[in-house]
Amino acid sequence: MAHGSLTSPVQNGLGVYYILCALMSVGFGVYQVRQRSRFAALLAFAWAGLFGFHAAAYLAHQGWVIPHSVTHLVDAYTNAISYFVVSTVAFAVLLIFRKPLTEPNVAWTLMNLTLLAFGWSLTNYDFRDIVAKPDNVPIVMLLAAVGYFTWLPLRRAVLNDDLIAAGKPVLEKDDEKVLVWPDLVYTELIAMIICTAILVVWGILLKAPLEAPATTARAPNPSKAPWYFLGLQEMLVYYDPWMAGVVLPTFIVIGLMAIPYIDFNQKGNGYYTFKERPFALIMFLYGFLVLWVVLIVLGTFLRGPNWNFFGPFETWDAHKVDPLNNVNLSDMFWLGLGSTPEQIAKAYGWFVREIPGIILTVLYFVAIPPLMAKTVFRNFFVKMGFLRYMTLMTLILFMTSLPLKMVLRWTLNLKYIVYIPEYFFNI
Amino acid sequence: MSVGDWIKNNQVWKSIFRHPAPRDRRNRVVVMLTNVFLHLHPVSVRKSGIALSYTWCMGGLTFFLFLVETVTGVLLMFYYRPTLEHAYNDILSLRDVTTLGILREIHRWGAHAMVIAIWLHMYRVFLTGSYKPPREFNWSVGVILLVLTLLLSFTGYLLPWDQLAIWAITVGSNMARATPFLGHEGPGAALLNVGGVPLIHSGSDARFLLLGGKFVSGETLLRFYVLHCVAIPLAVAVLIAIHFWRVRKDGGISGAL
Repeated sequence: MAHGSLTSPVQNGLGVYYILCALMSVGFGVYQVRQRSRFAALLAFAWAGLFGFHAAAYLAHQGWVIPHSVTHLVDAYTNAISYFVVSTVAFAVLLIFRKPLTEPNVAWTLMNLTLLAFGWSLTNYDFRDIVAKPDNVPIVMLLAAVGYFTWLPLRRAVLNDDLIAAGKPVLEKDDEKVLVWPDLVYTELIAMIICTAILVVWGILLKAPLEAPATTARAPNPSKAPWYFLGLQEMLVYYDPWMAGVVLPTFIVIGLMAIPYIDFNQKGNGYYTFKERPFALIMFLYGFLVLWVVLIVLGTFLRGPNWNFFGPFETWDAHKVDPLNNVNLSDMFWLGLGSTPEQIAKAYGWFVREIPGIILTVLYFVAIPPLMAKTVFRNFFVKMGFLRYMTLMTLILFMTSLPLKMVLRWTLNLKYIVYIPEYFFNI
Repeated sequence: MSVGDWIKNNQVWKSIFRHPAPRDRRNRVVVMLTNVFLHLHPVSVRKSGIALSYTWCMGGLTFFLFLVETVTGVLLMFYYRPTLEHAYNDILSLRDVTTLGILREIHRWGAHAMVIAIWLHMYRVFLTGSYKPPREFNWSVGVILLVLTLLLSFTGYLLPWDQLAIWAITVGSNMARATPFLGHEGPGAALLNVGGVPLIHSGSDARFLLLGGKFVSGETLLRFYVLHCVAIPLAVAVLIAIHFWRVRKDGGISGAL
């Protein structure tokens, strides 16, 4: 199929997509009419009209393709740095302005803008080629689900925080008990039926992928792990396999299991809240949303042949050359002193060569915890005791080592802080 | 006497269901106590604790998807042989020949859905602070279940034995090569030697244990098949039992006692 043209199945698919979007907006509009909120209803119906117009255009096979000026602009400005920085900033904005942003009309508008942008993007051949791969469809679903299930608890947290501030009981507070039969078992039954229906329809519409028979003679480029491990595979850009593939995942699992034993805050058990446990929420949300989901999206949709970065509308060209001229800390240090790391190693051995990095690494893990205990985490240290506090700090230091290494790579082209290839020990 | 009455007054029916239909309060309580599956639940729960806007139903859906995977997986085992000779062709015939070959689609999409559902379940449990005392231990059990779910999906990924499968597993299992001390390219592995003869080499390290060979091969296929169909599901089933039992023993899904 030629690039830049829309086949009829694609136009039909987009038509159906916009119909679904329009129906959602109509539903929201009807709900707002019932709530007697005239402006919100008007807004919703305007969205429905816009989506309906798109649906009609694409179903009549008169649909348009997203302009090249837009796709080129987006591709020109997206790279691993801008993508991660924008995601982190967006995360901070979401938490700081959670009150206005989760307000239903604002959230609804943001969602519709996203849907519209997604619909327009789908008209681009290269975007569609990646997103519509059968095994990538679950990631699109994950993103939609994570978006919704981030809005919902944040909205409820905002409402609950206001209630708590006013001295009123939270939304989840009630003493009323109901019998499990019928109230819960019927909910479960309906959920099972809907789930089954979705799986069957999904199975009919989308065939499970099956590629050519396995052969070790020809490796696909890029070779990717299953999608849920692509955040880890992305870490390989910044860390060697023993860190990205073994140590850091181990710390993720241990860290998750340790959460209830570290978190001494007894508040916020059984209801959504932000203000009663901001630290726990910021850490967990940053880990899950930015360091896990955002990196999975990066690894799946934006990493092409040779693990090079490709903009969302860029053709995956296996011959794209991304020059890598990263240097080790020991190079920087000894070259700065007018010597070379090779000379140092020859004269004094690898330990002396790597001493700057070793000192920095040891300081990072040994000096920061007491420093924080004396300053910003003074309260934590007093309430948690030594063991809990040190566990928390070790986990946090391992977690922040990833964004830290990213920033060092982007700003100083730093490859390894400690580079001891003699023992495969590179950090 | 209507047919319905005849069935319900029959000795066979009465031997199975020892009480009338759960239409009044008493029998709605009794049904929860006399049915082995229903008694995973308590008899009554807080009304806010079963609201969809609160629980998102994700824990329940994860369990349901595990059941879907078990049923479709058992049926798929009738059609699939984990050998280099047959694996790929068996998948081909599931796609092209077998009646109800859609089982494979449901199994694959259900696996993806299960991964998503269990993440969202953990997300909800965290955001409602439901891991806080007295539920610390159950959260940890849940984390193990999460890891096992990913391993279930990972081991299943290899079974179609196509290019996607072996290269994804190659990329994933290459990490084991770099395990500290236990991988032959891991830091510290060189220290484990006897008189200069290394204990850890490509034929004895963590990756070799995982793959049953120095690269992804027929032995790997068998190993992953057994892990995928028997070992991990058994472990998951036991942990699910503990997980559910503890939910009840710890006083429901969330909230201080």
